[in-house]
Amino acid sequence: MAVIADFAFQGAQMLLVLLLAPLLTGFVRKVKARLLRRQGPPLTQPYRDLIRLLRKDVVLADNASWLFRVVPYLVFAATWVAASLVPTFRSGLMFSWTADLIAIISLLGSARFFLALAGMDVGTAFGGIGSSREAMIASLAEPAMLMIVFAIALIAGSTQLSTMAAFMNSPEVGLRVSLGLGLIALVIVAIAENARIPVDNPATHLELTMVHEAMVLEYSGRHLALIELSAMLKLLLYMSLIACLFAPWGIGGAGAGAGLLLIGVGAYVAKLAGGGFLLAVFETSIAKMRVFRVPEFLVAALMLALLATLLRFVSRSF
Amino acid sequence: MVVAALSCVLVLLALAPLAIAVRASSRASILIYGACLLVTLTLAIIALLALLGHAGPATAVTLPLGLPWLGAHFRIDALSAFFLLVIDLGGAAASLFALGYGRHEEEPGRILPFYPAYLAAMNVVLLAADAFSFLVAWEVMSLASWALVIAHHRDSENLRAGYVYLLMAGFGTLMLLLTFGLLAAGSGSYDFETIRAAHPTAGAAALVLILALLGAGSKAGLVPLHAWLPLAHPAAPSHVSALMSGVMTKVAVYGFIRIVFDLVGAPAWWWSMPVLALGAASAVMGVLYALMQRDLKRVLAYSTIENIGIVFVALGLALAFEASAMESAAALALTAALLHVFNHSLFKNLLFCGAGAVLAATGERDLEKLGGLIHRMPQTAFVFLIGATAISALPPLNGFVSEWLTFQAILLSPQLPSWGLKLMVPAVGALLALSAALAAACFIRVFGIAFLGRPRSAAATAAHETDTNSLSAMYALAALCFVAGILPGLFIDALAPVTRLIVGQSMHAQSAIEWLSIVPIAESRSSYNGLLVFVFMAMSGLIAAFIIHRLASDRIRRGPAWGCGYPDAGPRTQYSADSFAQPIRRVFGTLIFSARENGEMPPPGSVAPARLTVTLRDPVWDWLYAPISAFIAYAGEKLNTLQFLTIRRYLSLVFAALVLLLLVLAIWP
Repeated sequence: MAVIADFAFQGAQMLLVLLLAPLLTGFVRKVKARLLRRQGPPLTQPYRDLIRLLRKDVVLADNASWLFRVVPYLVFAATWVAASLVPTFRSGLMFSWTADLIAIISLLGSARFFLALAGMDVGTAFGGIGSSREAMIASLAEPAMLMIVFAIALIAGSTQLSTMAAFMNSPEVGLRVSLGLGLIALVIVAIAENARIPVDNPATHLELTMVHEAMVLEYSGRHLALIELSAMLKLLLYMSLIACLFAPWGIGGAGAGAGLLLIGVGAYVAKLAGGGFLLAVFETSIAKMRVFRVPEFLVAALMLALLATLLRFVSRSF
Repeated sequence: MVVAALSCVLVLLALAPLAIAVRASSRASILIYGACLLVTLTLAIIALLALLGHAGPATAVTLPLGLPWLGAHFRIDALSAFFLLVIDLGGAAASLFALGYGRHEEEPGRILPFYPAYLAAMNVVLLAADAFSFLVAWEVMSLASWALVIAHHRDSENLRAGYVYLLMAGFGTLMLLLTFGLLAAGSGSYDFETIRAAHPTAGAAALVLILALLGAGSKAGLVPLHAWLPLAHPAAPSHVSALMSGVMTKVAVYGFIRIVFDLVGAPAWWWSMPVLALGAASAVMGVLYALMQRDLKRVLAYSTIENIGIVFVALGLALAFEASAMESAAALALTAALLHVFNHSLFKNLLFCGAGAVLAATGERDLEKLGGLIHRMPQTAFVFLIGATAISALPPLNGFVSEWLTFQAILLSPQLPSWGLKLMVPAVGALLALSAALAAACFIRVFGIAFLGRPRSAAATAAHETDTNSLSAMYALAALCFVAGILPGLFIDALAPVTRLIVGQSMHAQSAIEWLSIVPIAESRSSYNGLLVFVFMAMSGLIAAFIIHRLASDRIRRGPAWGCGYPDAGPRTQYSADSFAQPIRRVFGTLIFSARENGEMPPPGSVAPARLTVTLRDPVWDWLYAPISAFIAYAGEKLNTLQFLTIRRYLSLVFAALVLLLLVLAIWP
């Protein structure tokens, strides 16, 4: 019985992240539109877009290889697995020990690896420019992310997200310098990884300024739907990650009852809404950077995270 | 066991003269490579049995060879058994590949005799249990590989590579000779057993560490001793490149572990610092160099430097933990190092074989002339992709597991007592993370430029799939990469006897953990399950594909590429290897390689093409090798006058030298 319940919770989390991801993106778009005094599309627009794309034919470039057709599924699978391993409303899920935070980050790395390859498959200049810039951004964002993981793992004594969330929820955490530095760095990395302003513009129509959108330029139909859905899942993943590490309130423990779980789901949705709102405000108040300013932005994150880790190595009290 | 292994080696040695005898025959390469394949497979099985503890009673043997008062000692313990396995698996794969690839060789007589001798020498290095046999085998290994490097001797670049290699190999052997001299001076014998029992003074031990780092490090390709490696590894025929990069660097790692962990005795706290520093520098510099190269095989050679750096970082951590009496952490770090040694031997062999297949199919190593090979060589592309994913440390393949274990070891290091290490290890961790991310960028570039897109030359357009033997070798390696990625627990458990031998403890048994996870310390702390990650990914991908194809749409139309509506402009408009690396060159290269981009625009109205020139400088070559070579040239110039003295002056020189030596003898305490 307990096993069935465990499976059910794991399945529920997988479905929850999948269903909430487009809603979160729709919410961010809506808030951004309202901040610009526009009406904005309805919250359900991303779902409609996805369904519309799924129903359309795929138009493949003449020289697209098998890899080009496999990559959307690979990217989606890796992102979905990663997103369902981050605690959302309940920690200590059945398969939560399958991958720790380092492995989750690397799963996203796998997704990016294949997406960048797909960008180069057709052999157009735009795909190449997107892949090459994505590789450059990743080469700085990934080490920054790993250093953030190190800093937090050294505080929590674990790289396991369930343990980390439980520790962050306990009173022994307190206010720490290294945690503050880690949070700033994590936000910077999350912005870069999700191709948001000021690193990249998810709504751009000017090809030369695109990074992520240039990479997936040749995709259409169901392939594009999967890639869009993966991008939405990734945004949700980073929001859940920040929420789970820095605002773990309300996450049910391993033995939580129905009431606590309801609170957990409610708190999770509220945290996502808060995060989405902040992201929209941030995006509307700042301009996009030139591509070669991005490394400086990311190196700042890397240095902050390294500093946080160093502080932990120097003293246990920071 | 030892006797069986030595008889296999003897067969390999006997193959060398046989190869000279039959070199003219058309079936010579099949005969020699087939025999090498059989013998290395036998050796691999012997090594596996020895590693898993099914060794017979006699694991040591002394033969009346070599120095008359010493004899030649041979022994198999867990450490040498593990490295024997790595070397002979790699050797078997390379031999199988060569069964097909060797047919492209124009002058097989320049390769066939040296190939089995090279394999034999590497095996003897691992079997040797005294300094004399070790060094002789080491030198034979160097010379045989040198002969293979200059096999294609009509290319002047290969001759230069051979020359630099010979110099650096000589330097490395000299350092090892001094290492063993110091060790023997303390113990009174060249026999490893006696050396191990003696305890050198702290100063002598420190000197041994430095010399071993220089000697083994130059063979392994640690920055800044790596200069020969990217020249020599690509120059050899591809199956030999695979052996040199995938396997011979591991012999060097073995030499380092044998000397520093086994023979010298207990390490001092600071020993780990030079090892960590050189390892981290190699990891980052290696992959940055790799990103700047256009030659496919040279990219792979530089990436070997990166991976050796990762291995040395893990070894440095193991030294640090061992010096602080944290045995379980030392076991974790050492397991990470050894697992990475094993993993790297798999995927680097695979990638070099893939590069060989591309070279055979197109005659090109220049990335800028390749492209679109995934259509013409689909199977090679598939296995190369597996190798590229594995070497980029991406789950669920094997490269990720060893990097993950290294990161877990780094996370244990705040408990180290020394302040120097406390400040150094986080920086090393950041460099390691940087190198992992850059490695992924590097292999996106290699695979994306060589295999994807549209062909950039006529040769790439006319490429065809490689032969069955080469493919089966690559498939075997790819399958091993996959298995080692999803079932890492089995491989970690197989390493337990080695870590017990070296640091006195091993990671707890992993294969007993439910669902075949790997748990380095405790489940609440960290765990990873490659099998489940793979199953989940496969399931969610397949379910998504099934649902979408069933409920939504499964139709496909083909059309010209969209490319934002620009008309098809030919393959030259694609991103090239250089343009792919441009952002990274701009971010990292301006500092490290003093990269400069110089664009020349034609004057207004002119129809001349614009030119973009990129200049890169190699800092290691500029700051280390160029001054040394300039000094040697200068000194040679000056000393040249000594050749033209009169007999009186020569006699007075002899007299002065005699007086000086007598004085030294008199003053010497």
